[in-house]
Amino acid sequence: MASMTMTRKPLFATFLLRSPMAALLTVGLLVAAAILVPLSNQLLPPGSAFHVPTHVVSLLGKYLCYALLALSVDLIWGYCGILSLGHGAFFALGGYAMGMHLMRQIGPRGVYRDPILPDFMVFLNWKELPWYWHGFDSFPFALLMTVLVPGLLAFVFGWFAFRSRVTGVYLSIITQAMTFALLLAFFRNDMGFGGNNGMTDFKELLGFNLQASSTRVALFSISALVLAAAYLLCRWIIASRLGRVLIAVRDAESRVRFLGYKVEFYKLFVFTLSGMLAGLAGALYVPQVGIINPSEFSPANSIEVVIWVAVGGRGSLHGAILGALLVNFAKSYFTSALPDAWLYMLGALFIAVTLFLPRGIIGAMPNFPGMAKGWRSLRTPPGVEERAP
Amino acid sequence: MSEVMDASDMSVKGTSSREGTLLYLSGVNVSFDGFRALNSLSLYMLSGELRAFIGPNGAGKTTMMDVITGKTKPDDGDVFFRGDIDLRKLDEARIANLGIGRKFQRPTVFEKHSVFENLELALKGQRGVLASLFFKMTGEQGDAIDEALTTIGLKDAAYQPAGILSHGQKQWLEIGMLLVQDPELLLVDEPAAGMTDAETAQTAEMLKEIAKTHSVMVVEHDMEFVRSLDCKVTVLHEGSVLAEGSLAAVQANERVIEVYLGR
Repeated sequence: MASMTMTRKPLFATFLLRSPMAALLTVGLLVAAAILVPLSNQLLPPGSAFHVPTHVVSLLGKYLCYALLALSVDLIWGYCGILSLGHGAFFALGGYAMGMHLMRQIGPRGVYRDPILPDFMVFLNWKELPWYWHGFDSFPFALLMTVLVPGLLAFVFGWFAFRSRVTGVYLSIITQAMTFALLLAFFRNDMGFGGNNGMTDFKELLGFNLQASSTRVALFSISALVLAAAYLLCRWIIASRLGRVLIAVRDAESRVRFLGYKVEFYKLFVFTLSGMLAGLAGALYVPQVGIINPSEFSPANSIEVVIWVAVGGRGSLHGAILGALLVNFAKSYFTSALPDAWLYMLGALFIAVTLFLPRGIIGAMPNFPGMAKGWRSLRTPPGVEERAP
Repeated sequence: MSEVMDASDMSVKGTSSREGTLLYLSGVNVSFDGFRALNSLSLYMLSGELRAFIGPNGAGKTTMMDVITGKTKPDDGDVFFRGDIDLRKLDEARIANLGIGRKFQRPTVFEKHSVFENLELALKGQRGVLASLFFKMTGEQGDAIDEALTTIGLKDAAYQPAGILSHGQKQWLEIGMLLVQDPELLLVDEPAAGMTDAETAQTAEMLKEIAKTHSVMVVEHDMEFVRSLDCKVTVLHEGSVLAEGSLAAVQANERVIEVYLGR
């Protein structure tokens, strides 16, 4: 009798959200894209209906970086209730770290032909490389920095914020302040990051020409695979007891403390990880768009990320990915079709989602009972789908 | 046990020795914006004791629990656990891990988690971030949850979200969470609030059962419930102890009658 009741199924609304089908579908589509898009681009003739032109590949690669950024925001907002309105800062820092490596790779091919100094430093009459630029000529070092620098900032920021128990809208406001402060700092020429022009004119990465279509499709595939891996990592965390503690913190923070959990350490862990994922997204983004400048720190960017997540479905990892892709597709389309209307549409979209789809597109999906078949795990991840805005 | 002790006697006895006590409060003051929630509160509990706290609204019962669990820091006074652990210096999580569990007045369960997961989160054991990431439930822990589910009568609801439970069931789930947390001292704030008579009687039985192996501090308004607990009663009034003794004795106490009836 006891074992009978133990195996009874919970009566949840949206099986799709918690079913392994969703994970399979997400990872499957990403891996398929990572394989098929390069094949189509490289092997099919440009006239073919299935040929994906290189500029489209780069655009898609950019969307995938945005999706990774959205995933990192959903991890903390959807599952731990930390609404960061400054995640663009971690993305931009990762991007700058990659940009610094790409600048060093230019070498004597710059306008001023200086073998060591990037053009903007020569222009500023600098005689030697600032100390913090050292090491960035090494790719492994730069790659490490693309996650370590955002991770360190997230850790220090989180350490002070979470220990002081800053929560809710106050935390959101200081994350905005953080990214705005960085925006102003990176605008300054004497910071040594290229001022308001940022960094551009990149030539190559690991010896591959960044303009070549083969490099571009490779970057696309890497972005897709990294996104799939990050998705699986987040899913693993959410399915662990750690994930259940995070959701508990989101729903009843003080209750968690009285159970003996150090809430600030849990928040710190997930916030730092999220900052690192955002940095990785920025690092993948920069070689594909070919530029990084301070506008990436602009507060509006970070708010847009939150809209992607809200549209896709907060508290659903594949929802965040879906939201980022859909909104950015729409953005690309409408900014060329109706350039003046886009911002109004984005605002209207956010309001509409908040009012009518509080759980986003994923939350509005109908139930597919068949999807839940074979899902007989005792340890079902907690219901994150029935949430209010 | 049956004779009534005055608050003044208590504090004299209290300050003389905190040795051998499980919980010891002496001269604890807490004010909020000039309002004195606790006014030189002094009391102690012994290990294994079941004690009911009663008192009119604003007597300081919940604030007292807040002080013990580290939610509120007292302005001054002593708060000791097991005789020599100074609770004023510790945060909520440390105090919980020392072995003080708490059930809130308004049932606070994790609504999006299943009943089973609520209990799993409360399970006694490691509370670290990495320990949680790599957590695997042992058979013993599964048995403990199973046992708690039986005790609180929620076995059939184990895999339903806690949010859809009735008010009474949420109260029981919280008691179940305390059971698997297995603290030395349980602070239970109004466990029978909003319950039907039958549920109230069941809850009293549950608490008496728990009190056989744990020390329990219960705050309750419902006199019938307190009577059925059949334990020592402390009456709080305006942030300090007014009287202490058996329920019959405190109900006969002149000052208690005065406070309750406003004479």
